[in-house]
Amino acid sequence: MPGRVPGSTHREEKAVKIIVCVKQVPDPETPASAFKVDPATNKVVPAPGIAPVISPYDAQAVEAALRIKDAGVDAQITVLSMGPASARDAIKHGLAMGADDGVLVTDPALEDADAYVTAQVLAAACRKIGEFDLIVCGRQAADWDQGIVPSGIAEILGIPCVTVAKSVTVHNHAVTVERVLQDGFETVEAPLPAVVTVSNELGDPRYPQLRQIMMAARKQVQQWSLADLGLSTEQLQPRLTIEKLFVPVNDSKVEIIEGDTPEEKAHNLALAMRNAKLI
Amino acid sequence: MANEGGVLVIGEEHEGHLSGLTTEMLGLAHRMVHKLGGKVQLALLGSGDLSALAAEGGEWGAEKVYVAQDASLAPYQGDAWLPVIEEIVKQADPALILIGQTSIGRDLGPRLAFRLDTGVSMDTLDVTVDDGKIKLLRPAYGGNARVILSPTKLPVVATVKAKAQEPLERKPGQQAEIVSVAVGGQNIRTKVLGQEKAKAEGVRLEDARIIVSGGRGLGAPEGFKLIEELAEVLGAATGASRAACDLGWYPPSKQIGLTGTTVSPDVYIAVAISGASQHMAGMSGAKNIIAINKDPEANMVKAARFAVIEDYKKVLPPLIEELKKLQS
Repeated sequence: MPGRVPGSTHREEKAVKIIVCVKQVPDPETPASAFKVDPATNKVVPAPGIAPVISPYDAQAVEAALRIKDAGVDAQITVLSMGPASARDAIKHGLAMGADDGVLVTDPALEDADAYVTAQVLAAACRKIGEFDLIVCGRQAADWDQGIVPSGIAEILGIPCVTVAKSVTVHNHAVTVERVLQDGFETVEAPLPAVVTVSNELGDPRYPQLRQIMMAARKQVQQWSLADLGLSTEQLQPRLTIEKLFVPVNDSKVEIIEGDTPEEKAHNLALAMRNAKLI
Repeated sequence: MANEGGVLVIGEEHEGHLSGLTTEMLGLAHRMVHKLGGKVQLALLGSGDLSALAAEGGEWGAEKVYVAQDASLAPYQGDAWLPVIEEIVKQADPALILIGQTSIGRDLGPRLAFRLDTGVSMDTLDVTVDDGKIKLLRPAYGGNARVILSPTKLPVVATVKAKAQEPLERKPGQQAEIVSVAVGGQNIRTKVLGQEKAKAEGVRLEDARIIVSGGRGLGAPEGFKLIEELAEVLGAATGASRAACDLGWYPPSKQIGLTGTTVSPDVYIAVAISGASQHMAGMSGAKNIIAINKDPEANMVKAARFAVIEDYKKVLPPLIEELKKLQS
């Protein structure tokens, strides 16, 4: 077992408690041709034969938490999800990667939750888990592609929030985050407890091995309802409602540049570009 | 009555001027206040003298500019900006708050919404007013879908995608009312320990008229040498798909797509990029797409104006030669 990080403070005598928030989403690798929307319900029709997955950025959030542990920090990692009963599989994925236990918040009243409601629920769940030091989330979920919920959790809990991390380290009861900017990187430090969101620049998440998947089956996943969190639906009014979800039409007509050899194709493309005044 | 102040745009600076996206948002705000009433209002936060930027704001259509200047406001930190913007929102009383979908906006938009106990639409493509009600259009599901959202509470926050909106024509000398905002006493819990700018080489992606971009189909990082050669002949910027960046073949600052840069060049040459929807989401505004791909079924080929179905290694060297001939 790795020892404690040199210079750890007295506070870290206690294990660092990390909560990783994950979401189960339709597989984002689903081919565009299999992507369908039901206009009557404004919902995505699950592609036949393609199982939903843990949102890829969330798997990277679990990875970031595990790397903190790998670096020698005594950490205890809880995977938290809000969703239907099937979201347990996303939690199990995190447990198979190496997290310690899980919490699923599931309630029929949450089916049409927007980001505002989701953040309220997850913040309440974090409070109930209690004594957390760090909340790690993916930068955005691969279904709605927004990136709102993590900041919401931080604001509701009144703790700092550092977004779009490519690396996350914990020491001296603070978190140091390398953030990805449009034109570079910046290093930001925040005192714990804090929320950090993780981007794809972190690198690939570890892939659970069979033995870990079997071990994960024995790890505990608690299930909570809204009532367990002391929340009522009156407190959970969405701030945005969906008017319409639709698939945009692409009617472009491609001209395939022909030629018997690559050289001829190159020649014909250069001519086509010139004739179309692209160059 | 609340929320009668019109639209508040949170501006950003780029190389000493208002960013292009800020001018685009002022254009959108102008179109919105026609229907919502109120004014086009602009907030500028920074550590230096912002008076030249504020004057530019007037020329691009802002009627009122809130200026907050303080050492704490650069580089951006949410903890430093949020209380200042909350104060500006109180004064401006907008129905709609527009923020650029940038490194700052991605962080600021959601946090501001929760401080105001309201909703936020990220990566917004368009805002319309229908029967007096605000509607927000944004992409979802990695660009596979579009969604139209209605706020249940005002003001609503929208982060706006670059190049999705047109700026107004700049009117030199047009002046806005300038309001100076007091700053101080924020509880800044985070600390920026350092910043590292990615080396800017050649043409900036956002400004490029032509972009040559490579994907995982290049097979190896060396493939980007041909991409750069082609770009040089065309005076183009270079970009990459997320898959190629994640493999470490090209710097993340060159990533085009949902989580990278959004571009809308006149010509986008996609080399060995299949066209995953998250990539398409970052370049679908390109006016002419040229796809070079082995796979005739690739998404990118279907989206293209011209496509060459061929191994890029065989077609790029003669193409570079042909273009050199045409250019000379």
